[in-house]
Amino acid sequence: MTKAPTIITGTVGEDSHSIGSRLLSRVLKDRGFNVVELGGLTPAEEFIHVAKETDASAILMSSLYGMAEIDLAGFKDACIEAGLQDVLLYLGGYLMVGRHDWGEAERRFKALGFDRVYPPEVDLDKVMEDLKSDLHQRGKLQ
Amino acid sequence: MVRRDLRFLIDFGSTFTKLTVVDLEEEVVMGRYQVPSTVGTDITIGLTQALRAAEDHLGRAIGEKKNLLACSSAAGGLRMITVGLVPSLSSEAGVRAALGAGAKVVSSFSYELTLHDVMEIDRISPDIILLIGGTDGGNKQVILHNAERLSGLQCKAPIIVAGNREARDGIEALFKGSEKLLVFADNVLPQIGVLEVDSSRDAIRRIFISHIIKAKGIDKAIGIVDAAIIPTPSAVLRAAELLAGGTKTEEGLGELMVVDVGGATTDVYSIAGGEPTRSGAMIRGLPEPYAKRTVEGDLGVRHNIDSLLEMGRLTGNLNERHFDEIRNRFSSPSKLPEDDLEFELDSLLAGVAVDIAGGRHCGQIKVIPAPSGELIVQTGKDLSAIRCVIGTGGPIVFARDPGAVLRNILFRANSPDMLRPKKAALYIDSTYALYAMGLLSQQEPDKALRIMKKVVKPV
Repeated sequence: MTKAPTIITGTVGEDSHSIGSRLLSRVLKDRGFNVVELGGLTPAEEFIHVAKETDASAILMSSLYGMAEIDLAGFKDACIEAGLQDVLLYLGGYLMVGRHDWGEAERRFKALGFDRVYPPEVDLDKVMEDLKSDLHQRGKLQ
Repeated sequence: MVRRDLRFLIDFGSTFTKLTVVDLEEEVVMGRYQVPSTVGTDITIGLTQALRAAEDHLGRAIGEKKNLLACSSAAGGLRMITVGLVPSLSSEAGVRAALGAGAKVVSSFSYELTLHDVMEIDRISPDIILLIGGTDGGNKQVILHNAERLSGLQCKAPIIVAGNREARDGIEALFKGSEKLLVFADNVLPQIGVLEVDSSRDAIRRIFISHIIKAKGIDKAIGIVDAAIIPTPSAVLRAAELLAGGTKTEEGLGELMVVDVGGATTDVYSIAGGEPTRSGAMIRGLPEPYAKRTVEGDLGVRHNIDSLLEMGRLTGNLNERHFDEIRNRFSSPSKLPEDDLEFELDSLLAGVAVDIAGGRHCGQIKVIPAPSGELIVQTGKDLSAIRCVIGTGGPIVFARDPGAVLRNILFRANSPDMLRPKKAALYIDSTYALYAMGLLSQQEPDKALRIMKKVVKPV
């Protein structure tokens, strides 16, 4: 039997909205993943530190206060610098302030290096399917 | 003549061999004696001299058969290095485990060791190496790499491995046939958010007793001393834990802090949970050990005069007027204050050390404005509700006004984010007996506690 992949969850930056991240963590655990929950108000660099120490396969971040672009500027680069270039990066939530088209948010954050970007009301089953398929593709899941 | 039940409690220090004699029936400290250390030649010579000084003072009543307990910080103390993975996670957990065991962490490495690092470790030649890295089931590659590098060390320091448990087989294979002593302990960081230092602390203590004492020439005293010789800071930590927590029959003082100002370092101990006192505060960072020790190697009041002067200028405790006087008068490590001015200057230096070391030991909060109100994030221990701070070490105990030195640890309005004690009563270890009561507590915890309550005096 191979080991269950380690997934890190949390709400990034100075955002304390952690309910979505908690729901996500529960679903991940139900699906047999090894989950490290960082909760609300987690600085971006903390995700990197924890991913290194735990050998994580994916980081699933949420942000609901519209500041994600500031909090996550350079995040992918920092991951590469830290040797985490193969770690999957998912982001979900209210990512931008003001009226905007969701497609615009998705484009911007994919350009920042995120593998998947989700709106706040996304179906978590869909996220699980994506995650399994992405991990499988990278040889981290049978 | 009634034969008294006495205990002889010894601290083999680098500069002095100190002896505290207590009467167990009366529960009092009979006397305190100190002679220059003879660790360079034969440690038992100094011990004999100290016992003779006690005999001269107390008379023959002290008898022939003596019950001796000892701790040691001689020959540089217990010098350790730690090798971990991420600085703020496993490396920091390793440093805390080592400090809690009474060690001096002379260097701390993170990530993969280079060949240059290995040469540096050989140059440092530590007493013990603590190898950590990876949560259980987490990163294994870095600790294996570092184990391989360490297997190539010239120095014979025992290695304690307390990292990812899955790396054990691989590490054992790397050291197969090696003469190096390899000891496995539980992972100091089994999961993110969980700090487990007890197993490593025990392993460090066992190796100190079985190997380090001998390597430092302190083992000559083993035949004379009744129990195992432990590192001095771990004796002080035990005393502080006992004084705070009490025993089954004797109540303790509750959560407390101890500040020990010395010539080479300033140590701070807190025996406290450090939970937030501000409602709604969220805690960030590595969990804190209940009994925590921090060591500031740049805040010794003799060895670090220049950095203390600089910090004292920044904090406003010292001004230019003091600089030359202090430099001229306190350049020698064994200098003791003699006149009024020297006592004043020595206390100012000690005050800076207490201020900075206390600030580093205590936690902090950061207040973040948010639409829903203020968010409070706490890192480290909240010690603002601590009711008792005890000062020890020569520069505090022998100060003309120990309270003035010790007050530097307290909360101040101009830096409200530092979680320093707000309303603590200040005490001094008047007979310099904390280490001794830590030793005695191994056999007689109730008596040790009652004696401490007598000798720890309010200022």
